Amino acid sequence: MVGSQLGLAPDLEPEIPTVVAPGMPGRRVHIHPAALFVLKRLAAGVLTLLVVSVLIFICTSVIPGNAAVITLGKSATASSLQRLEATLGLNRPLYQQYLSWLGGILHGSFGDSAVALAHHQVDPSIASSIKNPLINSFILGGITAILLIPLTLVLGVLTGIKANKAVDHAISLPSLVIAGLPEFVTGSLLIYIFFSELNLLPPVSLVPPGQSPLATPNILVLPVLTLLAVAVGSGIRQVRLGMIEVLQTDFVQFARLNGIGERRVLVRYAMRNAIANSIQTIAQNLQYLVGGIIVVEAVFAYPGIGTYLVTAVLARDTNEVLAASIILAALYTVINIGADLLVVFLVPKLRTELV
Amino acid sequence: MSVALASRLRSRRFLGGILRTNGGRVGFGLFVIAVGIAIFGRYFAPYSPLDTLGIPGAAPGNGHLLGLDFIGRDVLSRALYGGRSTLFLAGLATLITYLIGGTIGLVAGFSDTVLDPILMRSIDVLLTVPALLVILLLVTAFGGGSFVLIAATSLVLLPGVARIVRSATMGVATRGYVEAAIARGDSTHAILRREVLPNISGVITADLGLRFSWGIILIASVNFLGIGIQPPTPDWGLMVSENRVVLASNPLAIIAPAVLLGVLIVGVNLMSDAYARQRDRSEGHQ
Repeated sequence: MVGSQLGLAPDLEPEIPTVVAPGMPGRRVHIHPAALFVLKRLAAGVLTLLVVSVLIFICTSVIPGNAAVITLGKSATASSLQRLEATLGLNRPLYQQYLSWLGGILHGSFGDSAVALAHHQVDPSIASSIKNPLINSFILGGITAILLIPLTLVLGVLTGIKANKAVDHAISLPSLVIAGLPEFVTGSLLIYIFFSELNLLPPVSLVPPGQSPLATPNILVLPVLTLLAVAVGSGIRQVRLGMIEVLQTDFVQFARLNGIGERRVLVRYAMRNAIANSIQTIAQNLQYLVGGIIVVEAVFAYPGIGTYLVTAVLARDTNEVLAASIILAALYTVINIGADLLVVFLVPKLRTELV
Repeated sequence: MSVALASRLRSRRFLGGILRTNGGRVGFGLFVIAVGIAIFGRYFAPYSPLDTLGIPGAAPGNGHLLGLDFIGRDVLSRALYGGRSTLFLAGLATLITYLIGGTIGLVAGFSDTVLDPILMRSIDVLLTVPALLVILLLVTAFGGGSFVLIAATSLVLLPGVARIVRSATMGVATRGYVEAAIARGDSTHAILRREVLPNISGVITADLGLRFSWGIILIASVNFLGIGIQPPTPDWGLMVSENRVVLASNPLAIIAPAVLLGVLIVGVNLMSDAYARQRDRSEGHQ
């Protein structure tokens, strides 16, 4: 019940919080319920990520042209193709290729980029070519997240308290409109306003190789604004609903009837109980950033992991697609687990009910 | 499934409910405008959407209301042609999602067997990957044809639909009229179709608009990224990205398709928001 409300997987619902420790027959060791919950959640996360990695691997391996074909390009002959496939290990059975790929990742290696091999680059390894895009994306996502969290909470709580009053309508309707637009529409409109009309900000966010985007902060403004527009809008709605729900509970009503000041009722009673809901909302929005960044980076030609992924998809560079996809999927899962754990630790009630 | 839904959509309560609020009225207006342009706009196009007519990126003038695009084609004509593809793909994807995801949700919600956990776990896996990433991967694997786009979008929309239909089904599965039907020995199929489906069609309709607008966003985004519909086909999403090179000389080449997409999506969203509010009020939900 509680689990489904929080969007947690139903298999995490109540169970006997004792396990039999291996090697100690007959002796029951009590593991703290919270610790057990953490372990189960982590195990479930690792398991889903493994399943996802298999699916991603299968997806990229059904492409007709493999890395060897791309590497050799038009100069490919049947024999040179066979030789390269043997060197790259592409002639092995699929499950062996998967296992060695997985093993590589665990050692921090994502294999070589086929396109880089084709251009005879000095260092074709993906691990080194993906590093800078990843850092750039973290900068873009990080700044957005720092602004996103307080904005969502403040506006969500405000509209919740003032539900169906003028303030609520003034914030809720525009956020419904803006949050529904695709990132590239919002981004293009922002470019039109701030570049074409006002000439204040650059329409593209190019970062010279070897430089940090933080060296030229003005290129980050429009991408951050675009991400915020979508994420904050949808977040406000959910926090607002959670707040309205809490304000209608008996114990908030009783706090009021007891003559406790409205400010105290809101802060100590209502908001503390809206926290669980809000954390899930924020987590969903952070997860959204992982996917939203793909389009926003394309809009502004920002050299992050999203641009890297789209370029790789267009070039059919399977190893690059694999690397970028598994990183994004992992981030997605980590945020999800983090939120679930945070909720359980912040809301004591759930600690006893969930496990 | 589709029969109950169609009757729901046809009923006056559906449109009446939406048109009772200002937001709903505005949404309906925007929706009609955007869909009208997407479907019938091409019959009013002054030029062919594929012919090069002048200097690339020319500003409006010379009989070209919205100027020329990055290779000198008439922007207005392309905008009038460019909506049908996205609308058609997203509509079909939403329909397929409801046929498959709705069936999964119904079966999972109604069966106490091992089927429910199996279906729900596989759906959890789908939810651990960003939606756009799933589509990108499938396009990488199978190419960017219409069939792949529709299938990939349906796959992404499916978990949400299955979950909503499942929980709605579970909500009515223990009601008296369902238990009575079970007691008199009706087949599961008959119970689902006659007892369950009519009683969850409100939930489905409220959800439908959101899925549809998400479908439009996903399809348009994939086209924008250049991995969906391919040039020279006129498409709103694709137009926004291909005309970025003429941003300085003719920003309308980008703004026109972007605004049309925005009008379509905002229209759908406002309508479904109005419907959900109306439904909450009439059925006594919070």
